[in-house]
Amino acid sequence: MIKVVDLFKSFKDHEVLSGVNLTIASGCSTALIGGSGQGKSILLKHIIGLLRPDKGKVLVDNQDISKLRRRPRKQLKERFGIVFQGGALFDSLTVFDNVAFPLREKTRLKEPVIRDKVLHELSRVGLSGAENKYPSEISGGMKKRVALARCLIMNPEIVLFDEPTAGLDPLIGKAIHRMIWECQKSFKFTALIVTHEIPAIFSIVDNIAMLYNGKIIFTGTPEEIRASQDPVVHQFIHGELEGPISLK
Amino acid sequence: MSWILIPFKIIGSYTHRFIRELGRMACFIAVSLFWMVFPPYLLQRVIKQVHFIGVKTTPVIVLTGSFTGMVLALQTYYALAKFGAESSLGPVVALSLIRELGPVISALMVTGCAGSALTAEIGIMRITEQIDALDAMALNPHKYLIVPNIIAGILSLPLLNAIFVVLGVFGGYAISVGLMDLSSGTYFQGIRDFIKTKDIFEGLCKSLSFGFLITWISCYKGYFTGYGAEGVSKSTIQSVVLSSVLILIWDYFMTSIMIL
Ligand SMILES: Nc1ncnc2c1ncn2[C@@H]1O[C@H](COP(=O)(O)OP(=O)(O)OP(=O)(O)O)[C@@H](O)[C@H]1O
Ligand SMILES: [Mg+2]
Repeated sequence: MIKVVDLFKSFKDHEVLSGVNLTIASGCSTALIGGSGQGKSILLKHIIGLLRPDKGKVLVDNQDISKLRRRPRKQLKERFGIVFQGGALFDSLTVFDNVAFPLREKTRLKEPVIRDKVLHELSRVGLSGAENKYPSEISGGMKKRVALARCLIMNPEIVLFDEPTAGLDPLIGKAIHRMIWECQKSFKFTALIVTHEIPAIFSIVDNIAMLYNGKIIFTGTPEEIRASQDPVVHQFIHGELEGPISLK
Repeated sequence: MSWILIPFKIIGSYTHRFIRELGRMACFIAVSLFWMVFPPYLLQRVIKQVHFIGVKTTPVIVLTGSFTGMVLALQTYYALAKFGAESSLGPVVALSLIRELGPVISALMVTGCAGSALTAEIGIMRITEQIDALDAMALNPHKYLIVPNIIAGILSLPLLNAIFVVLGVFGGYAISVGLMDLSSGTYFQGIRDFIKTKDIFEGLCKSLSFGFLITWISCYKGYFTGYGAEGVSKSTIQSVVLSSVLILIWDYFMTSIMIL
């Protein structure tokens, strides 16, 4: 279980997160929605321990990741997988080597085994044939899918997706959603998906959380969010221009 | 605030920034040294980085080395002729190259060619979240990125320095024998008589420490780069300027310690 408790974070004088409270149950998938620039990516980076909170804490199975010592911290990190918003592929490596990278560095598997696994993973995201290209030679949507493959190949226990389908065409986007859903159901990993795909995301996740002005203002199931009377939530999920959220 | 305080405020804030930067640099290298000692040792990455530095810099070293030797021979000949001491051209050229010009100029060339590239590369890895990705895979970025570079710098600078010096000595030879009609025996016999192992050793020590300095600063500047392309370009400039200045300052102190 992941618990975010009273998390504060500011950059210079700009307070991005101001008291985030969020609980993510193990084995469930949760979508994190919210406006652009509201701090969703920042929140993910706190959960995986890349950023340290100014105040508050993140508990993963009751361990505070920013307080752990080196070894347990490493063990905890190994349970995580993250797909960054920009992909964060290593641009000195080919697509194949990128996906193989975690296997080569973290396991003692033999090269032929790695090869099979990588090719299988790549075919799952629809990228067979692109394995010898470099990240600079493939499109943004392809990078996203390579990043997805690199993350899922280690079978992490907790996976954080930062907009896995942004910039993909509707068909591939749907296929990726379906794939995430299938993987989540079969491997039972805990998933936190940052996304703008409303309402498509509602059909594949168990819970929704909405971040607004540095706080989580709503958590609940997709049915609950559809029925929500909160004006901010209502305006956001229906994409209305009139309402409490101003676009200045 | 009263106008009297303004200069103090400015000086204070600069001092504060300066000291904080020094502290960060010290912590950075301390963490890297820590990871340098502990296994696993990533030998392959070290070799790759030596290759990186070598490929980028060797052509430049070849050119600058031979031309420095040539111009040194010309200038020294001109000066020595005033005292009628042309016959000691060989050792004077070799001594300046081995003790001073070789280490310093090769270090400046490495800064320009490889140091800047290193900062830009690590900076881009930072702004495109590749360093975060390493960290998120529970692979320590210091171990994977910084340590191999520092070791590669320490290994490759003495080698490049050696190439520089050898080519410089032969460049000087070409000038003094081809142009100035010195006998080839005089040139090399003088070198053999006057250059001690100590001189060579000290030159190599210098370039070794420069290798450490360059890679330290280049990696540091890339690792803590600002945002966007502008941040990376700024860090690259800073890394080249800072490395060059520190090389010359550090060179003075090394020399004064070793000569005393
Ligand atoms: N390193 C940083 N320094 C200063 N400010 C930052 C930094 N990183 C993010 N911010 C600020 O934090 C805010 C939240 O950024 P974040 O990337 O989390 O947004 P987001 O919710 O993921 O948006 P999007 O949906 O567009 O990806 C932004 O306003 C941004 O300006
Ligand atoms: Mg984001």
